[in-house]
Amino acid sequence: MALSVDIRKQLGDFHLEVQFDAEDETLALLGASGCGKSVTLKCVAGILTPDEGRITLDGVTLFDSAARIDLPPQRRHVGYLFQDYALFPNMTVRQNIAAGAKDRGRRRETAEALIRRFRLEDAADRKPRQLSGGQRQRTALARILASEPRAVLLDEPFSALDSYLKYQLELELAEILDSFPGTAVWVSHDRGEVFRNCGRVCVLDAGKSQPVRTLEELFRAPGTEAAARLSGCKNYAGVELRGEAVFVPAWNVTLRCAGPAADHVRTIGVRAHQVRPAPPGTENSFPCAVVRVIEDVFSTVVLLRPEGAAADAPLLRMELDKAAWQAVPDKQRLTAAIPPEDILLLK
Amino acid sequence: MDWYPLYNSLRIAAISTAVVFFLGLLTAYYIARLPRLVKGALDVVLTLPLVLPPTVVGWLLLVLLGPNRPVGAWVLAHFGVRLVMTWWSAVFATVAVAFPLMYRTARGAFESFDQTLAEAGATLGRSNTWIFWRVRMPVCRQGILAGTVLAFARALGEYGATSMIAGYTPGRTATISTTVYQLWRTGSDGAALRWVLVNVAISAVFLLAVNLLEDRQRRTGKGGGR
Repeated sequence: MALSVDIRKQLGDFHLEVQFDAEDETLALLGASGCGKSVTLKCVAGILTPDEGRITLDGVTLFDSAARIDLPPQRRHVGYLFQDYALFPNMTVRQNIAAGAKDRGRRRETAEALIRRFRLEDAADRKPRQLSGGQRQRTALARILASEPRAVLLDEPFSALDSYLKYQLELELAEILDSFPGTAVWVSHDRGEVFRNCGRVCVLDAGKSQPVRTLEELFRAPGTEAAARLSGCKNYAGVELRGEAVFVPAWNVTLRCAGPAADHVRTIGVRAHQVRPAPPGTENSFPCAVVRVIEDVFSTVVLLRPEGAAADAPLLRMELDKAAWQAVPDKQRLTAAIPPEDILLLK
Repeated sequence: MDWYPLYNSLRIAAISTAVVFFLGLLTAYYIARLPRLVKGALDVVLTLPLVLPPTVVGWLLLVLLGPNRPVGAWVLAHFGVRLVMTWWSAVFATVAVAFPLMYRTARGAFESFDQTLAEAGATLGRSNTWIFWRVRMPVCRQGILAGTVLAFARALGEYGATSMIAGYTPGRTATISTTVYQLWRTGSDGAALRWVLVNVAISAVFLLAVNLLEDRQRRTGKGGGR
């Protein structure tokens, strides 16, 4: 029981090439905006038609360009949570949910049961424009569940909401997905959202998908710069390989790595919170000048220029607790260290 | 006063509005899916009656429907019915001139319709017919109503093509507009004035209705206009 997608589609000069398999799980489709996430979902739902490839769900072929199969959305049983929810503005909450009901003879009972489950009793007779953002999302989810889908697709489920509402709704959505028996695909550009709610992830970069892996793997070894950026890594530098170490020409620094780098490694990534002030002589340490200090809400961001750096070299971003920054004796010059196991080797 | 012209005008306008309503809606709906070039060409053809002089429309209709012309002769031979010079002949004329108003207004409303609503309906398993009547039409309701009222008003006021295809026979094909012309021609200014007032009253009511509808449409911000 699973969703299998392997499609290609040309849209103007944009080429989409996506391949992933999802079990009965919540799979994240993670990518920057404009990378083809929504187009992929629309192809799965049958709203857009891929140029070629194959989509199967629970053993049923939804699309197969070779066999000329292209089921209409009505026969795919794929629920779609649209970014703006796409509630029917002319119908009340109750009518919207009833409109989704698969069993037309029992649509009233279905709607009432879902209204109770989603705590929409007070809003049941209101029109969508009279609802709060959270109520809109709950109505849209209830309407999807009423249609008894085999898979659900969530297109940036929180993009239409204020951030202070998001946490509560995220918990609710996670609970609903936990009790949903089929496959869920969660499209997002937010690594935190994905990390909290999904087990595995497929990274989409400029229309091309990367192999599905666990979230833990993505953060530990992103493999490509695009994946590293999506996982929140902020420092990048080109490198030359030196066996178990890498040389960073821009900073004129040699850094030891946890193991030998593969031949295709061209760049390293370093997470800002893994750069640390350290006593001189620490492994992988080098003296830096402090260029700028930015006070964030709970942390301090320090921009560093390694002393051997070229004039146009990228600054090194270090992020640490406010207390840890207070404890640093010299705020003009310091020695920064990057532990070998925290150097991300990237293509 | 003989009220036949009022009765005849109203029934012609009502019938042609009903015809134009469905014809205009379906045309507007299906034309949106055509390739751009075909769409542009069809759009010109379908809107032409709006800008052509009614006499040109009347002439074209006579060329098509007259008893010695292809369609007219065929119907006469097979059904024994003459398509011109009866009270309902005017329906051809009013449909032709009112159609573009309905079509264009409906198309404007459909074009501003949020397509994700239709996509949502489809992924929920609802048929395209259901989506059309239960979502698209209600959401575009005000634009479509405005188009319908405009089409009715235009049909009610049609003169040129109507007089050519239905003529003026008192008690049979006379409408308000042809009656006013006839009364003026025969110098019956008093009688003409009465019909002018009747016509002005009806038209004012309809225009008021259009304005109210467009007002509401603007306020709710839904459905879109022309």
